[in-house]
Amino acid sequence: MKHTISVLVENEFGVLARVSSLFSGRGFNIDSLSVAPTNDETISRITLETRGDEQILEQINKQLNKLIDVIKVIDFTDGSGIERELALVKVTAEDESRAEVLRIVDIFRAKIIDVTARSYTIETTGAPAKINAILELLRPLGLKELVRTGPVAIGRGSKGWKG
Amino acid sequence: MKMNGARILLECLKKEGVDTVFGYPGGTVINIYDELFSCKEIRHILPRHEQAGTHAADGLARATGKVGVVIATSGPGATNTVTGIATAYMDSIPMVIITGQVPTPLIGNDAFQEVDIIGITRPCTKHSFLVRDVKELATIMKKAFHIARTGRPGPVLVDLPKDVQIAQTEFKYPETIELRSYKPTVEGHPKQIERAISMLLASKKPVFYVGGGAILAEAAGELTALCDLLDVPVTTTLLGLGAYPEDRPNSLRMLGMHGTYYANMAMSDTDMLVAVGARFDDRVTGKLSTFAPHAKIIHIDVDPTSIKKNVRVDLPIVGDVKDVLVKMIKEAQAHPDKVAAFKEAIIPWKSEIEGWKAKHPLTYKHAASTIKPQYVIEKLRELSEPDVIVTTDVGQHQMWTAQFFTFTKPRTLLTSGGLGTMGYGLPAAMGAQAAFPERQVITICGDGGVQMNIQEMATLVQNGLPVKIVILNNNFLGMVRQWQELFFDKRYSQTCMELPIDYVKLADAFGAKGYRATKTDEVEETIKQGLAHDGPVIMEFMIAREEKVLPMVPAGASLNEMVLNA
Repeated sequence: MKHTISVLVENEFGVLARVSSLFSGRGFNIDSLSVAPTNDETISRITLETRGDEQILEQINKQLNKLIDVIKVIDFTDGSGIERELALVKVTAEDESRAEVLRIVDIFRAKIIDVTARSYTIETTGAPAKINAILELLRPLGLKELVRTGPVAIGRGSKGWKG
Repeated sequence: MKMNGARILLECLKKEGVDTVFGYPGGTVINIYDELFSCKEIRHILPRHEQAGTHAADGLARATGKVGVVIATSGPGATNTVTGIATAYMDSIPMVIITGQVPTPLIGNDAFQEVDIIGITRPCTKHSFLVRDVKELATIMKKAFHIARTGRPGPVLVDLPKDVQIAQTEFKYPETIELRSYKPTVEGHPKQIERAISMLLASKKPVFYVGGGAILAEAAGELTALCDLLDVPVTTTLLGLGAYPEDRPNSLRMLGMHGTYYANMAMSDTDMLVAVGARFDDRVTGKLSTFAPHAKIIHIDVDPTSIKKNVRVDLPIVGDVKDVLVKMIKEAQAHPDKVAAFKEAIIPWKSEIEGWKAKHPLTYKHAASTIKPQYVIEKLRELSEPDVIVTTDVGQHQMWTAQFFTFTKPRTLLTSGGLGTMGYGLPAAMGAQAAFPERQVITICGDGGVQMNIQEMATLVQNGLPVKIVILNNNFLGMVRQWQELFFDKRYSQTCMELPIDYVKLADAFGAKGYRATKTDEVEETIKQGLAHDGPVIMEFMIAREEKVLPMVPAGASLNEMVLNA
């Protein structure tokens, strides 16, 4: 099962390496990973997607917490969070397919951010499932390049992660 | 007063109560050594190899419970410490490793003797720091010692660039340190402890399974008190030896691959397994799917990641082992009637165990002429002082020591359990002897492992460290040979050492004393002479070459499928 986990860490030298080498060293998967400082600039937030059964997820959670620089680990899989992802897609758009691409972009409320005679570059954001859906439609038209950020996630409700 | 970084480092060590360090000079630590030259409070011991220095710091830490400290220069000095660091990490030994680093502006330039030692040691340290500003140095040292010794202890590496050692600042050591991201759970949850005692007292076939965590937490006294109060059988892991006295009737001695028949049978049949500071290593559990199949499991550990990592757990208690055991004793004492009924109820179980003990005790065939290694170990126990510290290397001699020495006190067996590091025994003994100059320190080695750090003979002689080195010489890499005999059709590929080394002459070459026994009736006299000699000694015993460590649970088999005679 896929899990989206937020890891709040000290914004210090080498922290990302500690997190990623924990995953590789213990044979856990990382499907995607994004990292940036938070509103408190001494803290960075790593969001990652991983897979595994309950026991593996429990180990991932504990092992992350065991890292000295990890302040908090939040698993959003129980639906307590909102996930969003951004994708940039370069798609072939020639002759009759140009209109079709535009229609899809419109339906998904995506944006054209670069255009040439033979291609469109599209920016789209949303839950990972929405990104997957637009890609399904664009793929038959000719995907030249795809860049995804991987999801970031935030908890629902009025409280911040500190409570 | 302003000081340079090198001096600040030494002031920090003094503040942490460090009186002995092991280290090896080099280009990027020369400033530290310059400060050491005039430092009276810290004794510096120069090993002949940084790996040995790291094991020595580890040995000192295991023998005393203090944080071991080692200094190495950048590049090869730093990489030489890696085996020692990994050894300490696997066995949760508190250590601070200080490595020199090339000057900050050169980092990343492939400078002379530069390596990314933080990167290299990331998976085998509890934490590490690169000091980039001399103003951070004191705080980082405080953090390093705090992290090394608290929670589940472990090695912490501090990488100190040369320019930071030269730079000056005011020295101020923080009195306390608070890390928002590091707060180990020390106190066991009272409700869980209540439940644990009630579960335990309802069981009919309980066993305590005790690991090195009980020793690290200084909880041997509490463990013994609780087990005596409940009158329950106790088995220990290799690293747990000494946590519960092995000469007590309730001791099942060591369990696992080369554990006793009765300990492993008890593990296979128990209905209540209480794991205390142990981590269910594969050498302990055997085949996981048949491990303790009838048992409810209570697991006490300071490290939450140890719990449910390998086996299911019915009741976890995260906390300092000592704290939890103290509370368990109180809880049990609050229910004297239940305890009395429990003791009554487990009588059949204990007599079943006695039956196993009588059926297959630890044993070996004595030989009138050829020296049996087990006999040497028994004689060593008999002829050594009661508070002797024993270190070992890794292999057959290690298992014979674990089986036949009979450990009764914590911190008297220092051995590499998790990593299984050959070459550990001699330098670890060096560290223990440096910490306890008056105590008897014996290292028991095979002829394979002892050659991995034999150069430390020089350190022993130079520093007047009277370590007694026992070599059980079978001219084989015995444990691998045993596997080749049992599982590879006696194809002894590269396990025969072939070249016989004259260890008596070798001792002489280093300025130490050497003794050799080749027959059984020479063993006792050799040990007596060796132990009586004032300085470092090698005692070489020419043992039965193809003697095996038995019993044995073959890799991947269940604990109750032991090979008793092969």
